[in-house]
Amino acid sequence: MTGVTATATAAAGTDTANRAVFDAAVAADERIEPRDWMPEEYRSSLVRQMAQHAHSEIIGMQPEANWITRAPSLRRKAILMAKVQDEAGHGLYLYSAAETLGTGREELLDKLHSGRQKYSSIFNYPTLTWADVGAIGWLVDGAAITNQVPLCRCSYGPYARAMVRICKEESFHQRQGYELLLTLSRGTPEQHAMAQDAVNRWWWPSLMMFGPPDDESAHSAQSMTWKIKRHSNDELRQRFVDIAVGQAEALGLTLPDPDLRWNEERGHHDFGAIDWAEFWDVLKGNGPCNEQRITQRRRAHEEGAWVREAADAYARKQHATKTANGEATA
Amino acid sequence: MTAIVSADAALALGDDALVLSHRLGEWAGHAPVLEEEVALANIALDLLGQARVLLSQVGDEDELAYLREERAFRNLQLVEQPNGDFAHTIARQLYFSTYQHLLYGELAAGDGEFAALAAKAVKEVDYHRDHAEQWTLRLGDGTEESHRRMQRACEALWRFTGEMFQPVPGLDLDRDSLEARWTASVTSVLDRATLTVPEGPRTGAWAAGAGRQGLHTEPFGRMLAEMQHLHRSHPGATW
Repeated sequence: MTGVTATATAAAGTDTANRAVFDAAVAADERIEPRDWMPEEYRSSLVRQMAQHAHSEIIGMQPEANWITRAPSLRRKAILMAKVQDEAGHGLYLYSAAETLGTGREELLDKLHSGRQKYSSIFNYPTLTWADVGAIGWLVDGAAITNQVPLCRCSYGPYARAMVRICKEESFHQRQGYELLLTLSRGTPEQHAMAQDAVNRWWWPSLMMFGPPDDESAHSAQSMTWKIKRHSNDELRQRFVDIAVGQAEALGLTLPDPDLRWNEERGHHDFGAIDWAEFWDVLKGNGPCNEQRITQRRRAHEEGAWVREAADAYARKQHATKTANGEATA
Repeated sequence: MTAIVSADAALALGDDALVLSHRLGEWAGHAPVLEEEVALANIALDLLGQARVLLSQVGDEDELAYLREERAFRNLQLVEQPNGDFAHTIARQLYFSTYQHLLYGELAAGDGEFAALAAKAVKEVDYHRDHAEQWTLRLGDGTEESHRRMQRACEALWRFTGEMFQPVPGLDLDRDSLEARWTASVTSVLDRATLTVPEGPRTGAWAAGAGRQGLHTEPFGRMLAEMQHLHRSHPGATW
Protein backbone atom coordinates (compact mmCIF):
# COMPACT_ATOMS: atom_id res chain seq x y z
CA MET A 1 0.00 0.00 0.00
CA THR A 2 1.52 3.31 -1.01
CA GLY A 3 0.93 6.82 0.21
CA VAL A 4 -0.39 7.82 -3.18
CA THR A 5 -3.09 5.13 -3.24
CA ALA A 6 -4.14 5.94 0.29
CA THR A 7 -4.40 9.65 -0.35
CA ALA A 8 -6.40 9.04 -3.50
CA THR A 9 -8.68 6.69 -1.63
CA ALA A 10 -9.14 9.15 1.21
CA ALA A 11 -10.17 11.84 -1.23
CA ALA A 12 -12.64 9.59 -2.99
CA GLY A 13 -14.17 7.57 -0.23
CA THR A 14 -15.49 7.40 3.27
CA ASP A 15 -13.94 5.93 6.40
CA THR A 16 -15.62 2.66 5.54
CA ALA A 17 -13.87 2.54 2.20
CA ASN A 18 -10.59 3.55 3.85
CA ARG A 19 -11.05 0.87 6.41
CA ALA A 20 -11.56 -1.74 3.70
CA VAL A 21 -8.34 -0.66 1.95
CA PHE A 22 -6.46 -0.73 5.27
CA ASP A 23 -7.80 -4.16 6.24
CA ALA A 24 -6.97 -5.57 2.82
CA ALA A 25 -3.42 -4.20 3.01
CA VAL A 26 -2.87 -5.71 6.46
CA ALA A 27 -4.38 -9.02 5.34
CA ALA A 28 -2.05 -9.07 2.31
CA ASP A 29 0.97 -8.45 4.59
CA GLU A 30 1.62 -5.09 2.99
CA ARG A 31 3.26 -2.28 4.94
CA ILE A 32 1.27 0.66 6.24
CA GLU A 33 3.20 3.90 5.72
CA PRO A 34 2.93 7.25 7.59
CA ARG A 35 0.71 9.00 5.03
CA ASP A 36 -1.67 6.06 4.61
CA TRP A 37 -5.08 6.16 6.22
CA MET A 38 -5.21 4.09 9.40
CA PRO A 39 -7.77 3.54 12.16
CA GLU A 40 -7.27 5.88 15.12
CA GLU A 41 -6.91 2.92 17.48
CA TYR A 42 -4.17 1.45 15.25
CA ARG A 43 -2.33 4.76 15.40
CA SER A 44 -2.69 5.18 19.16
CA SER A 45 -1.81 1.56 19.82
CA LEU A 46 1.39 1.93 17.78
CA VAL A 47 2.33 5.22 19.44
CA ARG A 48 1.90 3.58 22.84
CA GLN A 49 3.99 0.54 21.93
CA MET A 50 6.75 2.43 20.10
CA ALA A 51 6.99 5.08 22.81
CA GLN A 52 7.23 2.43 25.50
CA HIS A 53 9.89 0.70 23.43
CA ALA A 54 11.88 3.94 23.00
CA HIS A 55 11.55 4.78 26.72
CA SER A 56 12.85 1.29 27.57
CA GLU A 57 16.00 1.91 25.53
CA ILE A 58 16.61 5.19 27.35
CA ILE A 59 15.86 3.98 30.88
CA GLY A 60 17.68 0.74 30.01
CA MET A 61 20.93 2.69 29.70
CA GLN A 62 20.98 3.28 33.46
CA PRO A 63 21.48 -0.22 34.91
CA GLU A 64 24.40 -0.83 32.54
CA ALA A 65 25.88 2.66 32.69
CA ASN A 66 26.05 1.96 36.44
CA TRP A 67 29.09 -0.24 35.65
CA ILE A 68 30.91 1.77 32.96
CA THR A 69 33.22 3.46 35.47
CA ARG A 70 33.94 0.14 37.22
CA ALA A 71 34.37 -2.22 34.24
CA PRO A 72 37.27 -4.53 35.16
CA SER A 73 39.22 -4.39 31.88
CA LEU A 74 39.64 -1.79 29.17
CA ARG A 75 38.24 -4.18 26.56
CA ARG A 76 35.06 -4.75 28.59
CA LYS A 77 34.79 -1.05 29.29
CA ALA A 78 34.89 -0.29 25.55
CA ILE A 79 32.25 -2.95 24.81
CA LEU A 80 29.96 -1.62 27.53
CA MET A 81 30.33 2.01 26.45
CA ALA A 82 29.56 1.03 22.86
CA LYS A 83 26.49 -0.87 24.01
CA VAL A 84 25.09 1.98 26.08
CA GLN A 85 25.74 4.31 23.14
CA ASP A 86 23.81 1.92 20.86
CA GLU A 87 20.88 2.02 23.26
CA ALA A 88 20.72 5.81 23.06
CA GLY A 89 20.80 5.40 19.26
CA HIS A 90 17.95 2.85 19.39
CA GLY A 91 15.93 5.29 21.47
CA LEU A 92 16.52 7.93 18.80
CA TYR A 93 15.41 5.63 15.92
CA LEU A 94 12.28 4.66 17.84
CA TYR A 95 11.32 8.23 18.74
CA SER A 96 11.77 9.15 15.06
CA ALA A 97 9.60 6.22 14.02
CA ALA A 98 6.94 7.28 16.56
CA GLU A 99 7.12 10.84 15.24
CA THR A 100 5.92 9.61 11.83
CA LEU A 101 2.58 9.05 13.58
CA GLY A 102 2.30 12.69 14.55
CA THR A 103 3.58 12.67 18.14
CA GLY A 104 6.74 14.65 18.93
CA ARG A 105 9.66 13.38 20.98
CA GLU A 106 9.17 16.15 23.55
CA GLU A 107 5.60 15.07 24.15
CA LEU A 108 6.62 11.42 24.53
CA LEU A 109 9.42 12.31 26.94
CA ASP A 110 6.97 14.40 28.98
CA LYS A 111 4.73 11.37 29.25
CA LEU A 112 7.64 9.21 30.38
CA HIS A 113 8.73 11.78 32.97
CA SER A 114 5.21 12.20 34.34
CA GLY A 115 4.65 8.44 34.51
CA ARG A 116 1.84 8.47 31.93
CA GLN A 117 3.80 6.12 29.65
CA LYS A 118 5.71 3.08 30.81
CA TYR A 119 9.02 1.41 30.06
CA SER A 120 9.97 -2.24 30.38
CA SER A 121 9.64 -3.52 33.95
CA ILE A 122 13.04 -5.24 33.71
CA PHE A 123 14.96 -1.98 34.12
CA ASN A 124 13.57 -1.55 37.63
CA TYR A 125 15.96 -4.21 38.87
CA PRO A 126 19.40 -3.18 40.16
CA THR A 127 22.82 -4.15 38.75
CA LEU A 128 24.62 -5.26 41.91
CA THR A 129 27.73 -6.92 40.47
CA TRP A 130 29.75 -6.88 37.27
CA ALA A 131 28.18 -10.23 36.29
CA ASP A 132 24.82 -8.47 36.03
CA VAL A 133 26.15 -6.75 32.91
CA GLY A 134 26.61 -10.21 31.37
CA ALA A 135 23.25 -11.49 32.60
CA ILE A 136 21.53 -8.46 31.08
CA GLY A 137 23.27 -9.08 27.76
CA TRP A 138 22.45 -12.77 27.68
CA LEU A 139 18.97 -12.88 29.24
CA VAL A 140 17.48 -9.41 28.92
CA ASP A 141 18.76 -8.75 25.41
CA GLY A 142 17.94 -12.36 24.54
CA ALA A 143 14.34 -11.88 25.64
CA ALA A 144 14.20 -8.55 23.83
CA ILE A 145 15.42 -10.15 20.61
CA THR A 146 12.86 -12.96 20.87
CA ASN A 147 10.20 -10.28 21.23
CA GLN A 148 11.60 -7.98 18.58
CA VAL A 149 12.57 -10.22 15.67
CA PRO A 150 8.89 -10.74 14.77
CA LEU A 151 8.48 -6.93 14.90
CA CYS A 152 10.76 -6.71 11.85
CA ARG A 153 7.65 -7.95 9.98
CA CYS A 154 5.26 -5.64 11.83
CA SER A 155 2.57 -4.07 9.62
CA TYR A 156 3.75 -0.50 10.27
CA GLY A 157 6.67 0.22 7.90
CA PRO A 158 8.74 2.72 9.93
CA TYR A 159 8.58 0.52 13.04
CA ALA A 160 9.48 -2.64 11.10
CA ARG A 161 12.46 -0.91 9.46
CA ALA A 162 13.72 0.48 12.79
CA MET A 163 13.52 -3.03 14.22
CA VAL A 164 15.66 -4.57 11.47
CA ARG A 165 18.49 -2.25 12.39
CA ILE A 166 17.97 -2.59 16.15
CA CYS A 167 17.81 -6.40 16.09
CA LYS A 168 21.20 -6.64 14.35
CA GLU A 169 22.87 -4.61 17.09
CA GLU A 170 20.94 -6.37 19.88
CA SER A 171 22.13 -9.79 18.66
CA PHE A 172 25.67 -8.54 18.85
CA HIS A 173 25.13 -7.30 22.42
CA GLN A 174 23.60 -10.59 23.40
CA ARG A 175 26.62 -12.56 22.18
CA GLN A 176 28.93 -10.20 24.06
CA GLY A 177 26.92 -10.66 27.26
CA TYR A 178 27.02 -14.41 26.86
CA GLU A 179 30.76 -14.34 26.32
CA LEU A 180 31.21 -12.15 29.42
CA LEU A 181 29.31 -14.70 31.53
CA LEU A 182 31.22 -17.59 29.99
CA THR A 183 34.51 -15.93 30.95
CA LEU A 184 33.28 -15.49 34.53
CA SER A 185 31.84 -18.99 34.69
CA ARG A 186 35.20 -20.46 33.66
CA GLY A 187 37.18 -18.03 35.83
CA THR A 188 37.98 -18.14 39.54
CA PRO A 189 35.46 -19.70 41.98
CA GLU A 190 34.49 -16.16 43.05
CA GLN A 191 33.82 -15.16 39.44
CA HIS A 192 31.77 -18.30 38.82
CA ALA A 193 29.68 -17.61 41.92
CA MET A 194 29.18 -14.02 40.78
CA ALA A 195 27.89 -15.25 37.41
CA GLN A 196 25.52 -17.77 39.01
CA ASP A 197 24.15 -15.19 41.42
CA ALA A 198 23.45 -12.78 38.56
CA VAL A 199 21.60 -15.45 36.57
CA ASN A 200 19.59 -16.35 39.68
CA ARG A 201 18.47 -12.74 40.04
CA TRP A 202 17.79 -11.98 36.36
CA TRP A 203 16.09 -15.19 35.18
CA TRP A 204 12.54 -14.60 36.41
CA PRO A 205 12.44 -10.88 35.62
CA SER A 206 13.56 -11.80 32.07
CA LEU A 207 10.64 -14.20 31.68
CA MET A 208 8.34 -11.38 32.79
CA MET A 209 9.57 -9.26 29.86
CA PHE A 210 7.19 -11.16 27.57
CA GLY A 211 4.27 -9.58 29.39
CA PRO A 212 1.30 -11.05 31.20
CA PRO A 213 -0.10 -14.47 30.34
CA ASP A 214 -2.20 -14.53 27.16
CA ASP A 215 -5.51 -14.54 29.02
CA GLU A 216 -4.56 -11.36 30.93
CA SER A 217 -2.98 -9.38 28.12
CA ALA A 218 -5.12 -6.31 27.39
CA HIS A 219 -3.79 -5.37 23.95
CA SER A 220 -2.75 -8.71 22.51
CA ALA A 221 -5.77 -9.75 20.46
CA GLN A 222 -6.09 -6.42 18.64
CA SER A 223 -2.33 -6.19 18.03
CA MET A 224 -2.34 -9.69 16.53
CA THR A 225 -5.21 -8.84 14.18
CA TRP A 226 -3.36 -5.75 13.01
CA LYS A 227 -0.14 -7.68 12.64
CA ILE A 228 1.67 -5.33 14.96
CA LYS A 229 2.29 -8.43 16.99
CA ARG A 230 2.87 -11.85 15.40
CA HIS A 231 3.00 -14.25 18.34
CA SER A 232 1.38 -14.37 21.76
CA ASN A 233 3.27 -13.52 24.97
CA ASP A 234 3.21 -17.14 26.14
CA GLU A 235 4.42 -18.47 22.77
CA LEU A 236 7.42 -16.15 22.78
CA ARG A 237 8.18 -16.87 26.44
CA GLN A 238 8.20 -20.61 25.68
CA ARG A 239 10.49 -20.07 22.69
CA PHE A 240 12.90 -18.11 24.92
CA VAL A 241 12.95 -20.76 27.65
CA ASP A 242 13.62 -23.52 25.12
CA ILE A 243 16.64 -21.64 23.77
CA ALA A 244 17.98 -20.48 27.16
CA VAL A 245 18.10 -23.96 28.72
CA GLY A 246 20.75 -25.20 26.28
CA GLN A 247 22.71 -21.97 26.57
CA ALA A 248 22.75 -22.19 30.37
CA GLU A 249 24.15 -25.72 30.13
CA ALA A 250 26.87 -24.56 27.76
CA LEU A 251 27.69 -21.77 30.21
CA GLY A 252 28.00 -24.22 33.08
CA LEU A 253 25.36 -22.31 35.03
CA THR A 254 21.98 -23.40 36.37
CA LEU A 255 18.61 -21.70 36.00
CA PRO A 256 16.82 -21.03 39.32
CA ASP A 257 13.72 -23.12 38.61
CA PRO A 258 13.24 -26.55 40.24
CA ASP A 259 10.24 -27.24 37.95
CA LEU A 260 12.19 -26.74 34.74
CA ARG A 261 12.27 -29.97 32.70
CA TRP A 262 11.93 -31.22 29.14
CA ASN A 263 8.42 -32.34 28.21
CA GLU A 264 8.72 -34.96 25.47
CA GLU A 265 5.03 -34.85 24.69
CA ARG A 266 4.88 -31.08 24.13
CA GLY A 267 8.32 -30.90 22.60
CA HIS A 268 9.04 -27.98 24.94
CA HIS A 269 10.42 -27.31 28.39
CA ASP A 270 7.92 -27.05 31.20
CA PHE A 271 8.80 -24.35 33.69
CA GLY A 272 7.65 -23.13 37.09
CA ALA A 273 5.03 -20.51 37.88
CA ILE A 274 5.96 -16.87 37.42
CA ASP A 275 5.31 -14.57 40.38
CA TRP A 276 2.74 -12.36 38.67
CA ALA A 277 2.11 -10.43 41.89
CA GLU A 278 5.71 -9.21 41.68
CA PHE A 279 5.29 -8.36 37.98
CA TRP A 280 2.20 -6.20 38.57
CA ASP A 281 3.81 -4.61 41.60
CA VAL A 282 6.90 -3.56 39.61
CA LEU A 283 4.66 -2.29 36.83
CA LYS A 284 2.74 -0.18 39.35
CA GLY A 285 5.99 1.51 40.37
CA ASN A 286 6.95 -0.55 43.40
CA GLY A 287 9.99 -2.38 42.02
CA PRO A 288 13.46 -2.00 43.56
CA CYS A 289 14.56 0.86 41.27
CA ASN A 290 11.42 2.49 39.80
CA GLU A 291 11.85 5.66 41.82
CA GLN A 292 15.60 5.88 41.20
CA ARG A 293 15.32 5.33 37.41
CA ILE A 294 12.65 7.91 36.79
CA THR A 295 14.26 10.42 39.14
CA GLN A 296 17.59 10.16 37.32
CA ARG A 297 15.86 10.52 33.93
CA ARG A 298 13.92 13.60 35.09
CA ARG A 299 17.02 15.11 36.64
CA ALA A 300 19.06 14.67 33.45
CA HIS A 301 16.24 16.33 31.51
CA GLU A 302 15.74 19.20 33.98
CA GLU A 303 19.44 19.86 34.47
CA GLY A 304 19.87 19.85 30.69
CA ALA A 305 17.09 22.40 30.12
CA TRP A 306 19.48 25.37 30.00
CA VAL A 307 21.62 23.54 27.40
CA ARG A 308 18.65 22.87 25.14
CA GLU A 309 17.47 26.48 25.56
CA ALA A 310 20.95 27.72 24.62
CA ALA A 311 20.97 25.54 21.49
CA ASP A 312 17.54 26.88 20.48
CA ALA A 313 18.51 30.50 21.13
CA TYR A 314 21.73 30.09 19.15
CA ALA A 315 19.87 28.46 16.24
CA ARG A 316 17.37 31.34 16.19
CA LYS A 317 20.19 33.91 16.11
CA GLN A 318 21.95 32.07 13.30
CA HIS A 319 18.70 31.86 11.36
CA ALA A 320 18.02 35.58 11.90
CA THR A 321 21.54 36.46 10.74
CA LYS A 322 21.17 34.36 7.60
CA THR A 323 17.77 35.86 6.84
CA ALA A 324 19.12 39.39 7.36
CA ASN A 325 22.09 38.69 5.10
CA GLY A 326 19.80 37.11 2.52
CA GLU A 327 17.58 40.20 2.50
CA ALA A 328 20.57 42.50 2.29
CA THR A 329 21.85 40.64 -0.78
CA ALA A 330 18.40 40.62 -2.33
CA MET B 1 62.54 -1.97 21.17
CA THR B 2 61.94 1.65 20.30
CA ALA B 3 58.83 1.77 22.49
CA ILE B 4 61.02 1.67 25.60
CA VAL B 5 62.74 4.85 24.53
CA SER B 6 59.51 6.81 24.54
CA ALA B 7 57.58 4.98 27.25
CA ASP B 8 57.23 8.35 28.99
CA ALA B 9 55.57 9.83 25.93
CA ALA B 10 53.28 6.84 25.36
CA LEU B 11 52.22 6.91 29.00
CA ALA B 12 51.60 10.65 28.98
CA LEU B 13 49.44 10.55 25.85
CA GLY B 14 47.81 7.25 26.81
CA ASP B 15 46.92 8.43 30.32
CA ASP B 16 45.42 11.65 28.94
CA ALA B 17 43.13 9.62 26.70
CA LEU B 18 42.32 7.01 29.36
CA VAL B 19 41.40 9.51 32.06
CA LEU B 20 39.36 11.81 29.83
CA SER B 21 37.53 8.79 28.39
CA HIS B 22 36.62 7.73 31.91
CA ARG B 23 35.29 11.19 32.78
CA LEU B 24 33.15 11.25 29.62
CA GLY B 25 31.87 7.75 30.45
CA GLU B 26 30.43 9.22 33.66
CA TRP B 27 27.98 11.18 31.51
CA ALA B 28 26.19 8.04 30.28
CA GLY B 29 22.52 8.36 31.20
CA HIS B 30 22.92 11.98 32.36
CA ALA B 31 23.32 14.00 29.15
CA PRO B 32 21.07 16.99 28.38
CA VAL B 33 19.78 15.51 25.09
CA LEU B 34 19.84 12.02 23.60
CA GLU B 35 22.09 13.17 20.77
CA GLU B 36 24.70 14.08 23.40
CA GLU B 37 24.43 10.64 25.01
CA VAL B 38 25.56 9.32 21.64
CA ALA B 39 28.19 12.01 21.00
CA LEU B 40 29.86 11.92 24.43
CA ALA B 41 29.98 8.11 24.44
CA ASN B 42 31.39 8.20 20.93
CA ILE B 43 34.20 10.55 21.95
CA ALA B 44 34.87 8.49 25.09
CA LEU B 45 35.18 5.37 22.95
CA ASP B 46 37.59 7.01 20.52
CA LEU B 47 39.77 8.13 23.43
CA LEU B 48 39.64 4.71 25.07
CA GLY B 49 40.76 3.18 21.76
CA GLN B 50 43.71 5.59 21.61
CA ALA B 51 44.59 4.85 25.25
CA ARG B 52 44.63 1.11 24.62
CA VAL B 53 47.00 1.41 21.66
CA LEU B 54 49.34 3.73 23.53
CA LEU B 55 49.40 1.82 26.83
CA SER B 56 49.95 -1.46 24.97
CA GLN B 57 53.19 -0.03 23.63
CA VAL B 58 54.45 0.28 27.19
CA GLY B 59 53.13 -2.94 28.71
CA ASP B 60 49.88 -4.71 29.55
CA GLU B 61 47.06 -2.20 29.14
CA ASP B 62 45.03 -3.52 32.09
CA GLU B 63 47.97 -3.70 34.47
CA LEU B 64 48.83 -0.13 33.57
CA ALA B 65 45.25 1.13 33.89
CA TYR B 66 44.17 -0.79 36.96
CA LEU B 67 47.27 -1.47 39.05
CA ARG B 68 49.16 1.81 39.01
CA GLU B 69 48.56 4.23 41.84
CA GLU B 70 47.81 7.89 41.54
CA ARG B 71 51.45 8.99 41.75
CA ALA B 72 52.36 6.82 38.74
CA PHE B 73 49.82 8.33 36.34
CA ARG B 74 51.21 10.84 33.85
CA ASN B 75 48.04 12.51 32.55
CA LEU B 76 47.43 16.25 32.47
CA GLN B 77 45.56 17.65 35.46
CA LEU B 78 43.11 19.14 32.95
CA VAL B 79 41.64 15.79 31.88
CA GLU B 80 41.13 14.52 35.45
CA GLN B 81 38.96 17.51 36.41
CA PRO B 82 35.41 16.48 37.37
CA ASN B 83 32.72 16.89 34.72
CA GLY B 84 30.92 19.74 36.49
CA ASP B 85 28.00 21.04 34.45
CA PHE B 86 27.78 20.60 30.67
CA ALA B 87 29.70 23.86 30.17
CA HIS B 88 32.65 22.59 32.22
CA THR B 89 32.70 19.38 30.20
CA ILE B 90 32.64 21.36 26.96
CA ALA B 91 35.36 23.79 28.08
CA ARG B 92 37.57 20.86 29.05
CA GLN B 93 36.86 19.28 25.64
CA LEU B 94 37.62 22.51 23.81
CA TYR B 95 40.97 23.04 25.54
CA PHE B 96 42.05 19.42 25.30
CA SER B 97 40.81 18.47 21.83
CA THR B 98 42.33 21.60 20.32
CA TYR B 99 45.66 20.61 21.87
CA GLN B 100 45.32 16.97 20.88
CA HIS B 101 44.37 17.89 17.33
CA LEU B 102 47.43 20.09 16.86
CA LEU B 103 49.71 17.58 18.58
CA TYR B 104 48.51 14.56 16.60
CA GLY B 105 48.51 16.57 13.39
CA GLU B 106 52.21 17.26 13.92
CA LEU B 107 53.03 13.69 14.99
CA ALA B 108 51.14 12.32 11.97
CA ALA B 109 53.15 14.54 9.63
CA GLY B 110 56.47 13.32 11.06
CA ASP B 111 58.08 9.89 10.84
CA GLY B 112 58.31 9.16 14.56
CA GLU B 113 56.93 6.04 16.21
CA PHE B 114 53.60 7.73 16.97
CA ALA B 115 53.02 8.73 13.35
CA ALA B 116 50.73 5.81 12.45
CA LEU B 117 48.68 6.09 15.63
CA ALA B 118 48.44 9.86 15.24
CA ALA B 119 47.35 9.58 11.61
CA LYS B 120 44.34 7.50 12.65
CA ALA B 121 43.59 9.46 15.81
CA VAL B 122 43.79 12.88 14.20
CA LYS B 123 40.60 12.20 12.23
CA GLU B 124 38.74 11.27 15.41
CA VAL B 125 40.15 14.21 17.29
CA ASP B 126 39.13 16.60 14.52
CA TYR B 127 35.55 15.51 15.12
CA HIS B 128 35.98 15.98 18.91
CA ARG B 129 37.35 19.47 18.36
CA ASP B 130 34.49 20.36 16.04
CA HIS B 131 31.95 19.04 18.55
CA ALA B 132 33.49 21.14 21.35
CA GLU B 133 33.66 24.21 19.12
CA GLN B 134 30.01 23.93 18.07
CA TRP B 135 28.88 23.62 21.68
CA THR B 136 31.13 26.49 22.80
CA LEU B 137 29.40 28.67 20.21
CA ARG B 138 25.91 27.51 21.21
CA LEU B 139 26.51 27.97 24.93
CA GLY B 140 28.56 31.18 24.65
CA ASP B 141 26.19 32.83 22.19
CA GLY B 142 22.98 31.15 23.40
CA THR B 143 21.11 32.50 26.41
CA GLU B 144 22.36 34.76 29.22
CA GLU B 145 22.53 31.79 31.53
CA SER B 146 24.47 29.59 29.12
CA HIS B 147 26.86 32.46 28.38
CA ARG B 148 27.50 32.98 32.09
CA ARG B 149 28.06 29.24 32.70
CA MET B 150 30.36 28.86 29.70
CA GLN B 151 32.44 31.88 30.68
CA ARG B 152 32.76 30.56 34.23
CA ALA B 153 33.80 27.11 32.98
CA CYS B 154 36.44 28.54 30.64
CA GLU B 155 37.87 30.53 33.54
CA ALA B 156 37.78 27.67 36.03
CA LEU B 157 39.79 25.38 33.75
CA TRP B 158 42.16 28.01 32.36
CA ARG B 159 44.78 27.44 35.06
CA PHE B 160 45.27 23.85 33.82
CA THR B 161 46.09 24.78 30.21
CA GLY B 162 49.78 25.69 30.62
CA GLU B 163 50.68 22.11 31.38
CA MET B 164 49.92 21.00 27.82
CA PHE B 165 53.00 22.87 26.61
CA GLN B 166 55.53 21.54 29.06
CA PRO B 167 58.13 19.17 27.61
CA VAL B 168 57.41 15.43 27.57
CA PRO B 169 60.44 13.13 27.24
CA GLY B 170 60.25 11.35 23.91
CA LEU B 171 58.05 13.94 22.22
CA ASP B 172 60.28 16.15 20.18
CA LEU B 173 58.06 19.07 19.26
CA ASP B 174 58.28 22.82 18.88
CA ARG B 175 56.29 23.60 22.02
CA ASP B 176 56.26 27.37 21.50
CA SER B 177 54.73 26.97 18.07
CA LEU B 178 52.21 24.45 19.43
CA GLU B 179 51.21 26.85 22.17
CA ALA B 180 50.93 29.78 19.77
CA ARG B 181 48.68 27.82 17.44
CA TRP B 182 46.59 26.52 20.36
CA THR B 183 46.10 30.03 21.72
CA ALA B 184 45.13 31.36 18.29
CA SER B 185 42.62 28.57 17.74
CA VAL B 186 40.98 28.77 21.18
CA THR B 187 40.92 32.58 21.05
CA SER B 188 39.15 32.48 17.70
CA VAL B 189 36.47 30.10 18.99
CA LEU B 190 35.92 32.04 22.21
CA ASP B 191 35.68 35.33 20.25
CA ARG B 192 33.04 33.89 17.95
CA ALA B 193 31.21 32.54 20.98
CA THR B 194 31.14 36.12 22.41
CA LEU B 195 33.26 34.88 25.32
CA THR B 196 36.30 36.53 26.87
CA VAL B 197 39.62 34.70 26.78
CA PRO B 198 40.50 34.13 30.46
CA GLU B 199 43.52 35.77 32.02
CA GLY B 200 45.59 34.60 34.92
CA PRO B 201 48.07 31.89 35.77
CA ARG B 202 48.18 28.70 33.77
CA THR B 203 50.37 26.74 36.13
CA GLY B 204 47.97 24.02 37.26
CA ALA B 205 47.25 23.15 40.84
CA TRP B 206 50.95 22.83 41.78
CA ALA B 207 53.24 23.98 39.08
CA ALA B 208 52.96 23.58 35.33
CA GLY B 209 53.88 20.05 34.38
CA ALA B 210 52.87 18.51 37.69
CA GLY B 211 50.44 15.96 36.24
CA ARG B 212 53.16 14.69 33.96
CA GLN B 213 55.24 14.03 37.09
CA GLY B 214 52.47 12.17 38.88
CA LEU B 215 51.32 15.11 41.01
CA HIS B 216 47.56 15.26 40.63
CA THR B 217 44.53 17.06 42.03
CA GLU B 218 42.37 15.58 44.78
CA PRO B 219 39.43 14.36 42.67
CA PHE B 220 41.76 12.07 40.71
CA GLY B 221 42.39 9.59 43.54
CA ARG B 222 38.67 9.08 44.02
CA MET B 223 38.22 8.55 40.29
CA LEU B 224 40.91 5.86 40.33
CA ALA B 225 39.40 4.19 43.40
CA GLU B 226 36.16 3.69 41.49
CA MET B 227 37.84 2.68 38.25
CA GLN B 228 40.23 0.15 39.80
CA HIS B 229 38.15 -1.30 42.61
CA LEU B 230 36.73 -4.40 40.92
CA HIS B 231 39.92 -5.30 39.08
CA ARG B 232 41.97 -5.00 42.29
CA SER B 233 39.44 -7.08 44.25
CA HIS B 234 40.19 -10.15 42.12
CA PRO B 235 43.97 -10.35 41.75
CA GLY B 236 45.05 -12.36 38.73
CA ALA B 237 41.51 -12.91 37.41
CA THR B 238 40.70 -12.77 33.69
CA TRP B 239 37.71 -10.71 32.56
